[in-house]
Amino acid sequence: MRYAGGVDVGSTQTKAVVIDEARRIVGRALIMTGANVVTAAQEAFQAALDDGVVREADVGYVIGTGYGRYKVTFGNDQVTEISCHARGAAHLFPGTRTVLDMGGQDTKAIRVTDTGDVLDFCMNDKCAAGTGRFLQAASFALEIPLGELGGIAQQSTRPVKISTTCTVFAESEVLGWAAKGKKIEDILMGVHRSIAARSVALLRRVGVEERVTFTGGVARNVAMVAVLNELLGVPLQVGEDSHYMGALGAALFAMDRIVAGQAANVGAAS
Amino acid sequence: MIAEQEIVGRGAVEGARLMRDWFARLDAAAERKEPAAYVFVMGSLAEILRAFDMHLVFPEINSLQTAVRHVAHEYLGMAEDYGYSPDVCGYVKADVAMQLQGGKHSMGRLPKPALALATNACNTYVKWAEFWERYYKIPMVTLDIPGSRTAAGGAAPGTDAFESDRRYLEIQLRELITECERITGTRLDMDRLREVLDYTNRMAAAWKRVLELNRGRPALFNALVDGTVYLGVLNALRGTREGAEYFERLVEEMEYKAAHRLGTIQDEKYRLLFVGVPCYPIFRRFHEMFADQGGVFVASSYLWFAAGGLDLGFQYDLTRPIESLAEGVLVGVRHAGDAMLFHDQSLIEQVDQFGADGIVYHPVKSCRTVSTSLAGSRKAVMKARDIQCLFIESDMMDRRVVSEAQLKNRIDAFFEGLGSQRLRTIAATVTA
Repeated sequence: MRYAGGVDVGSTQTKAVVIDEARRIVGRALIMTGANVVTAAQEAFQAALDDGVVREADVGYVIGTGYGRYKVTFGNDQVTEISCHARGAAHLFPGTRTVLDMGGQDTKAIRVTDTGDVLDFCMNDKCAAGTGRFLQAASFALEIPLGELGGIAQQSTRPVKISTTCTVFAESEVLGWAAKGKKIEDILMGVHRSIAARSVALLRRVGVEERVTFTGGVARNVAMVAVLNELLGVPLQVGEDSHYMGALGAALFAMDRIVAGQAANVGAAS
Repeated sequence: MIAEQEIVGRGAVEGARLMRDWFARLDAAAERKEPAAYVFVMGSLAEILRAFDMHLVFPEINSLQTAVRHVAHEYLGMAEDYGYSPDVCGYVKADVAMQLQGGKHSMGRLPKPALALATNACNTYVKWAEFWERYYKIPMVTLDIPGSRTAAGGAAPGTDAFESDRRYLEIQLRELITECERITGTRLDMDRLREVLDYTNRMAAAWKRVLELNRGRPALFNALVDGTVYLGVLNALRGTREGAEYFERLVEEMEYKAAHRLGTIQDEKYRLLFVGVPCYPIFRRFHEMFADQGGVFVASSYLWFAAGGLDLGFQYDLTRPIESLAEGVLVGVRHAGDAMLFHDQSLIEQVDQFGADGIVYHPVKSCRTVSTSLAGSRKAVMKARDIQCLFIESDMMDRRVVSEAQLKNRIDAFFEGLGSQRLRTIAATVTA
């Protein structure tokens, strides 16, 4: 059995996926990226191998993606996370035509073909407003763990309006609303709506075509999914492995290379 | 028979030398305290000013030189300390900082202005020239050059509407001549004006030919890197013998390269159009991010609007110099304005003419004039042609808004898209 690997080194977290020849995920891992990007890539990949009980020697090709893709020193090639999220989304959710990837410091809207090729894309520029970092600022200001934000926000009945577009200023605006006595859930829903509105604007730039698949770390946030569904007017496709979509896409590209190599060898032998 | 090593790359080498000499002459003029006219690339009226033997200072060129030499942040910081907002045009701020330092800049010194000349081709030009007017207490002349006014283009020469616009501009040119006569104390020498116009005619004809030659495969020059050198000479030496001879030699070089199929890069994979102003703070690196993946810029809207319309190859009628000059300036500056405001149709035509695979839109933070229309243009062009378009924002001066990692990520994804599009095209051809 031959396997392929994908390692997505993001600004906040590093994800790794190992797939088999049937292109099924057999191992996955997620760790914090931290200061040493090279080590993070190695550790995440090793953890994914352990998770799938796969020997490194059985992995025929590894592709690095994400901002740290060139730091995947044991990898064979690099592909941008834009192409990888598109590919992963089209694989897990056939029929995907639009992808929204919301990560730690990037949000990407991607229009794709039926096979997951990128037709067009847009990203947030120059600031982290509208990304996961905005949620992190709120989490820090309100001293609530990141994973709990979505659930609390869903209890909101009168969300506040967050007007700043600056992630740094968002913290003081959140605290300002808290000082005025606004409920935590209303403040958090305001934060979610602010981020979602910017993401929808990105999606409209590339054109929203169904089906829309939501990927990246923030896809695990139930409140964000609900707000985006409401603003877009279409249900987003979200899965258990949405967080791993970039790494999965990288692994799929890696498996393509293995198959292409085998085909070339057969051709040469015949 | 010319040896290959003597002719290939000659334009870049000679262009760089001419620009160094030009800056040296300005430095010498500053030393001798000779006055100059401060002008802009879109509507410099170099022909009139040269006929009065006035030194020309192009603040846009001086400013971009600070970015290319990685010192722009020092000038921007000084202007911001003086009170300018970070959002104001970086070219303006770098120039203001130079003036506050007595004309010192990275290539030498600038002579002080005796005249500030602006056109309405860029709305910032007028406010910029007002700074010189106030700071140096000099006369300022603003030319109101009628633009196209519709996306379908301006009135064609020969029509009543065009003639009306031309007469309106001619009156303004005569006012400029009167002001120059007052400043220099000399009358306009009409024979000298004809001589200058003739040099510009030769430059325009040659420049048009150079641009046309790049439609062939492989591309003979990179419109972003080599093109910027050519553009510098085109503006700085407009209406001079040196300029005319340079561009005629450049045509010779390009025809040689075309005949011998000598491309600007060895492995031309993707032919690209560039729209906007270059990213000067990482000028070489920006180019490399495309060239490393086989991308070559075959044409650029910058070579269109920053050439002041010379790419049209307009020929002045030397038998009626002032009238014809008004006609040429009207056609040229209007054309430059169209490159920023009404460029959808021209880009679509260039996609076909140059066999372009993709378009790179580069809006810049500090110039709304060239950037505002780009999002709409991108949509229009993508609707008309199945072509990959990259939209990357940075700046032509301010390194604080140039993020190389972000740019590289988008550029890499753009090439991945170009690659998969090419595979789809091949697959469709095989299936058919």
